[in-house]
Amino acid sequence: MSDGSGALLALAERVVAQARPGEQIEAYVGRGSETSIRVRDSQIDQFISAQSEGIGIRVIRDGRTGFAYVGALDESTVADVLADARENAAYGSVDEYAGLAEPDGVPVTPIDLWSEELAAFGTAPKIDLAMELERLCIAADSRVRIDDVDYSDAMGEVAVVTSTGIRVSGRENGCYVSASTLADDGDETHTGFGFSVGRHPGELVLHKVAREAADRATRLIGARKPASKRLTVVLDPFVTAQFLGVLSSTVNGESVAKGRSLFANRLGEQVASPLFTLVDDPTNPLAYTATDVDGDGLAARRNVLIDAGVLNQFVHSSYSARRSGTLSTGNATRGGFKGGSPGCGCLAMQLMPGTRPQADIIADVSEGVLVQSVLGMHSGVNAISGDFSTGASGVMIRNGATAEPVREFTIASTLQRMLTDVIEVGGDTEWLPMRAAGCTLVIGDMTISGS
Amino acid sequence: MSVIERDVLSQVLAEAMRTGGEFAEVYAEDKRSTSAGLDDGKVEQVTSGRDRGAGIRVVKGETTGFAHTADLTLDGLRAAAAAAAAAASSGGPGVHAVALTQHPRHIVNTVSRYPDEVTKADKVALLMAIDDAARSEGAAIVQVSAGYGDSRKTIVVANTDGLLIDDEQVRTLLRVSAVANGDAGMQTGFDSLGHTIGFELFDTIDVRDVASRAARQAITKLAARPAPSGSMPVVIKAGSGGVLFHEACGHGLEADLVQRGASVYKGRVGEQVASPLVTLIDDGTMPGEWGAIGIDDEGHHSQRNVLIQDGVLTDYMWDFLRARKEGRLQSGNGRRQSYMHLPMVRMTNTFVTNGTEAPGDIIRSVEKGVYIAHLGGGSVNTASGDFVFGMTEAYMIENGEITEPLREGNLIGNGPQVLKDIDLLGNDFAMGNPGTCGKDGQGVPVGDGQPTLRVKTMTIGGTAS
Repeated sequence: MSDGSGALLALAERVVAQARPGEQIEAYVGRGSETSIRVRDSQIDQFISAQSEGIGIRVIRDGRTGFAYVGALDESTVADVLADARENAAYGSVDEYAGLAEPDGVPVTPIDLWSEELAAFGTAPKIDLAMELERLCIAADSRVRIDDVDYSDAMGEVAVVTSTGIRVSGRENGCYVSASTLADDGDETHTGFGFSVGRHPGELVLHKVAREAADRATRLIGARKPASKRLTVVLDPFVTAQFLGVLSSTVNGESVAKGRSLFANRLGEQVASPLFTLVDDPTNPLAYTATDVDGDGLAARRNVLIDAGVLNQFVHSSYSARRSGTLSTGNATRGGFKGGSPGCGCLAMQLMPGTRPQADIIADVSEGVLVQSVLGMHSGVNAISGDFSTGASGVMIRNGATAEPVREFTIASTLQRMLTDVIEVGGDTEWLPMRAAGCTLVIGDMTISGS
Repeated sequence: MSVIERDVLSQVLAEAMRTGGEFAEVYAEDKRSTSAGLDDGKVEQVTSGRDRGAGIRVVKGETTGFAHTADLTLDGLRAAAAAAAAAASSGGPGVHAVALTQHPRHIVNTVSRYPDEVTKADKVALLMAIDDAARSEGAAIVQVSAGYGDSRKTIVVANTDGLLIDDEQVRTLLRVSAVANGDAGMQTGFDSLGHTIGFELFDTIDVRDVASRAARQAITKLAARPAPSGSMPVVIKAGSGGVLFHEACGHGLEADLVQRGASVYKGRVGEQVASPLVTLIDDGTMPGEWGAIGIDDEGHHSQRNVLIQDGVLTDYMWDFLRARKEGRLQSGNGRRQSYMHLPMVRMTNTFVTNGTEAPGDIIRSVEKGVYIAHLGGGSVNTASGDFVFGMTEAYMIENGEITEPLREGNLIGNGPQVLKDIDLLGNDFAMGNPGTCGKDGQGVPVGDGQPTLRVKTMTIGGTAS
């Protein structure tokens, strides 16, 4: 694809060419660089310039898997890594489903994830962007103090080659600006943040970052703990995206196969409100986590997970698919060259949007709470039992209008009930730097615990 | 074993100072690790890893330049030094000769069986024993997963103050989770173990006990009723709530957050910030504990720091940059995830010291409340101290007795308020599970601990109506 990944591909091919009879080998080679600039008081506080590279080698023999990695790419070290991976394979248990992915003929949807404009973007304009963002944040609201303002960008290139015929490589880059803010409220301090993500600097929207960072820090000024009760809960897009992140493990084919999903054996059943259609589509270039291939090196693809409330399918890697007697859905996930065998998971989720903006939705709520931020979503949710409890802050809704800000309360239910109780999906899809897009989501009946 | 020779370090530091830096530092590491995971009755994969490289920072005025490289040759290091120097530059060239003095090691942890001296077969055998022990707790146990990990890391720190010091850090970690299936659905149990020693850990600890605890936790929860919701007294079992003090109070005592005005504890040294029962300590010198280190990642000896004494705020935790700004000594709290990261103020082992009450008396003092036997992960807003933690094992207390187990729910509160609301403190101090503290995208190993204690009132976010 590019000259850079050509060298990585060649290295990966040299490793895989050493496969012995009866042995499967995969080489995953990665290289990346990153620039990160933090400004404070119109000065550079930190300037980080980072390079990293490495290789991970997986060996499968007689159903046993071994893995080794090193954060370097010189040939002698790579030879040691292959030897380590071979040795490690002797200690794994025999797994009849172990095996590398094989090409499945699904065509790759090309996505351009590389920006020459960003690659050529100089140091000085990066610093200027961060300085400008700090100025905008200061100007946005006099009640706000600035904690950190950052610009960062990263590029990465990867090559994956297997002895089973996978041979892919690619590169991508992207940039990011963010601001963390503080607002004092008597003895207390509230925090806020804003961010903008782009494939090139022209996509960064600084004034929006400053506005959101100020709003998030100030909207809880004077907030109190609400009384405990049951009411309608409206999730802000950013919160909905986190909720989808939690939900993703319930449709994970590997979790299902291992008895770790509350949705096992429920394919084809109504598990959510008919308003709820959830897709995973990494081929959508708008998604922050868009990709052309998955962690196995197979084509990424669009999958409909919940269709009008009916559980339609689980997502699978080649391993979980083999184990479940089905085909990969192109959902292998991988944590870089150190990551070992790929896992399985959603890559870029999106709720199919409704029609109305948040303001219209709120106008129809007689008593509720708009949840703008959650704390501890992951610690309080059990994707196996479905128990759901998270700390939250936001603003009360009364008679169709937002009222006083509230904080330090929890919202609780079970995932099963929340999905069934969805009464509206907003039309306000927002692409966020996560594995899920957000939108306003209304849940008819939840318990909030406060004072 | 020396990661980089002394004269190479001197040359690299000189290069780093060429653009007029005021301080430069090389941090190099060579780490070898082994891990193995078991799931669904099978050892899924044994992994070997090697991470080796150096991070170079240059400080000039308020600006820090940082670059890292996996190339530890003189050329590779000089290139990284030049990049860090350029990042921090704005003034004219400087010439700086660096004479390094080798400092002796500061030994905190003593290791007798290094991980690389133990066969992989012995490591894998631990996992099989765990699987067997967990499943033998009962037919309700339908799934077990376990992980073993060890690492041996040599670090070297050299800086333009002439410091040259090294350390060897060994870690051994084990975690177990079990799933139990019952009439009302599935429940999970978890336990873990981590120490800064080698494989001799398993001479004194039977991994089957760790597995049994995780399995019994899952089985117990099968009969759990929904957690209540609302405010009530909470008793936290010894060794299971230290993470709360780490997250909700410890972070606010880190000097970088204080200097940025992002801590509720800013400007409050000498004030009563907690119940007079509370003494809070951060101690990097506790032998074998998960947060124990000989030196921090800036080469400073670990030490024991009293943060709150009898409820009065005594000091914050300091790293090099923050201490330099205040013209004081650092406290051994400058840590980083790896050579790819800049150091910042981090905790080590953070804990509340013993009180005088018998734990049984504390439980008996509560008419209606919740007893927390295991806290899960949590999140905290360090500026406000607001926190949320998952209760992974909890029970009702009714009329002074522990009664029914509770389903999972969140515990929510405000760290500074909880410190004031501790009204009974036990005499049964225990350290908790090994933790990884995340801050600014970096994870470092930390320990925590506390005796059984009662908090006057906290909010439980359960689903019971």
